[in-house]
Amino acid sequence: MTTSDFYSPSRETTEGRIYNVSGGDWDSVLGNEPLHEERLIVNMGPQHPSTHGVLRLVLELEGETVTDARVVVGYLHTGIEKNTEFRNWTQGSAFVTRCDYLSNLFNESAYSMAVEKLLGIVVPERANLIRLMMMEINRISSHWVWLATGGMELGALTAMTNGFRARERCLDILELITGLRMNHAYIRPGGLAQDLPEDALPKIRDWIKETDKEITGVDRLLRGQPIWINRLKGVGWIGVEGCLSLGVTGPLLRAAGLPWDLRKTEPYLGYETYDFDVPTDDRGDCWSRFVVRVAEMRESLRIISQVVDRIEQTPGRVVVDDPKIAWPAQLSIGSDGMGNSPAHVNKIMNSSMEALIHHFKLVTEGFRVPAGQVYVPIEGPRGELGAHVVSDGGTRPYRVHLRDPSFINLQAVAAMSIGGLIADVIASVASIDPVMGGCDR
Amino acid sequence: MTTGPDFDPEVPLGQLSGSLPADASPPGMFGVTGSGDTSGFSGLQRQPWIELPAERPYGGYFDEVMDAFAEAYPEYEAAVEKVVLHRGELTVHLRREHVARVCQVFRDDPALRFELLSSVSGVDYLGREGAEGRRLHAVYHLTSMTFRRRIRLEVAVTTADPHIPSVTGVYPTADWQEREAWDLHGIVFDGHPALTRIMMPDDWEGHPQRKDYPLGGVATDYKDGASIPPPDERRAYR
Repeated sequence: MTTSDFYSPSRETTEGRIYNVSGGDWDSVLGNEPLHEERLIVNMGPQHPSTHGVLRLVLELEGETVTDARVVVGYLHTGIEKNTEFRNWTQGSAFVTRCDYLSNLFNESAYSMAVEKLLGIVVPERANLIRLMMMEINRISSHWVWLATGGMELGALTAMTNGFRARERCLDILELITGLRMNHAYIRPGGLAQDLPEDALPKIRDWIKETDKEITGVDRLLRGQPIWINRLKGVGWIGVEGCLSLGVTGPLLRAAGLPWDLRKTEPYLGYETYDFDVPTDDRGDCWSRFVVRVAEMRESLRIISQVVDRIEQTPGRVVVDDPKIAWPAQLSIGSDGMGNSPAHVNKIMNSSMEALIHHFKLVTEGFRVPAGQVYVPIEGPRGELGAHVVSDGGTRPYRVHLRDPSFINLQAVAAMSIGGLIADVIASVASIDPVMGGCDR
Repeated sequence: MTTGPDFDPEVPLGQLSGSLPADASPPGMFGVTGSGDTSGFSGLQRQPWIELPAERPYGGYFDEVMDAFAEAYPEYEAAVEKVVLHRGELTVHLRREHVARVCQVFRDDPALRFELLSSVSGVDYLGREGAEGRRLHAVYHLTSMTFRRRIRLEVAVTTADPHIPSVTGVYPTADWQEREAWDLHGIVFDGHPALTRIMMPDDWEGHPQRKDYPLGGVATDYKDGASIPPPDERRAYR
């Protein structure tokens, strides 16, 4: 009887004596106390390395079995949605890109497409093709992070090193095109920040070959691996009806057997003209999600190799041909980073007063968007990513809400982990692939 | 000279900006009225904030959906305030007491089958709430996976009485989303199993996404005495 133990103060409650154990030896705390049941509440996170950022799980355990699970989010709430209401429409792109920081280009696209829908403008075909290509590259890089972190959490460190190495190659491509590895602010209302650099398409073709090999390598490494199989098969099950009632979409829903992919079911950006499949599986467990995501990466590669050819054959502008909306600068990436092209600077400073005024007004004030509200859903790497954008007719968004799939899908943690072992909670959370930046916004 | 590309000499300058009425603010420097925009830049006029009710036929699948809804829900007339069609999206404005039962019908009726509640979000229309003062809106985006249709439901309440029936009984996915709308907008969803804060700390006061809640922030000061105010105190272009 060591109730006065420094590390484990206890108190009497209606449910019996409760120990708050923060150190010391469990046996010496309990001593010879007769316990009818061994009910433990374990607080996992918010800084636990296996909870994908600042996710907190409160688990109630009996032995090693989880009897209750609560998910606590909000630790990464940064008020991105509120902040967009105080910046102009173009700046909004730089804010929403920071929500789900592994799928930046999806956030930017959903937001930009929503603003364009409100404006009633049509973006040039070349911009749409580049958007689509960038999103698919981003999807692959996001799935690499899922594989890398998920593998690391289950002890597969080679999956981690290989996954992050392959992801870095994706980011090299994104950096070449946008100038930044993440948080690009590249896709903007009206089009893109700039056109592709000259060497982008050949490099992407090389990258497709490399990535194909990387996927095959990791797939061969893991698919027959007994530990990987035993940790994933039959773990974290959720079926189609569970997914629908909890709003779960994306690879989780497809792993449960429903081929619901917005690229096929409600095509946007011309996805209906590409030849690709929607991978599904029928087990609805962590293993299915592994299978589906690996297959999805291959499908994305198929799409990219088609769109690269189309971009080559589609010259033209990458931003809408409307001087009231299109960002005035012809940006170029110089040796010192990003900047205005000398030709544009020369034009506004020396030859065209109106161009200078337009440049100034567009940058300081921004453009106006007709009042109204729209909801634009796209298929992000984690599921339906929707942008609900409201305008009051001014130069700033009135309200921007992102329906982030991480936020919705995390509601399924309890359903997936209650009744299972505590070790399987890690596998379940990893298979959801939550990104807390997107969840908490 | 004001010779911007879209400059129209027939239109007085004050109107060009689409700004506040000229008599709403005193003349600025050099006697300008309105925003002082003399460049002809602001040709894209600010449109008035009016949501006109849509007339039938709405087009597309919307007529079919609304017919099926009217047939399946006996209190249709009492429930629907107005229907707005904008940018190819249909919004059904509902009286709040009906929203949970309407969702049930939208989910279960064989002709509707909106299986998925995609999104719930709050919007604060401060200053645009109309005579009844219902400035807090809860916006529901429903998706029919069977028919591949989308529709938007919208409910408006006042800040004094911000109660809306929870739809968690119909769509469990609304759980966290309603908590978020409570946390950030202060909309109370009656019947929610545990309506607690989700983004802000538990002891937070106020609802940050409301329009009368300040953004906060500090000014940026520079060595030579220049200072940039925080974002919510900077000049806003109307």
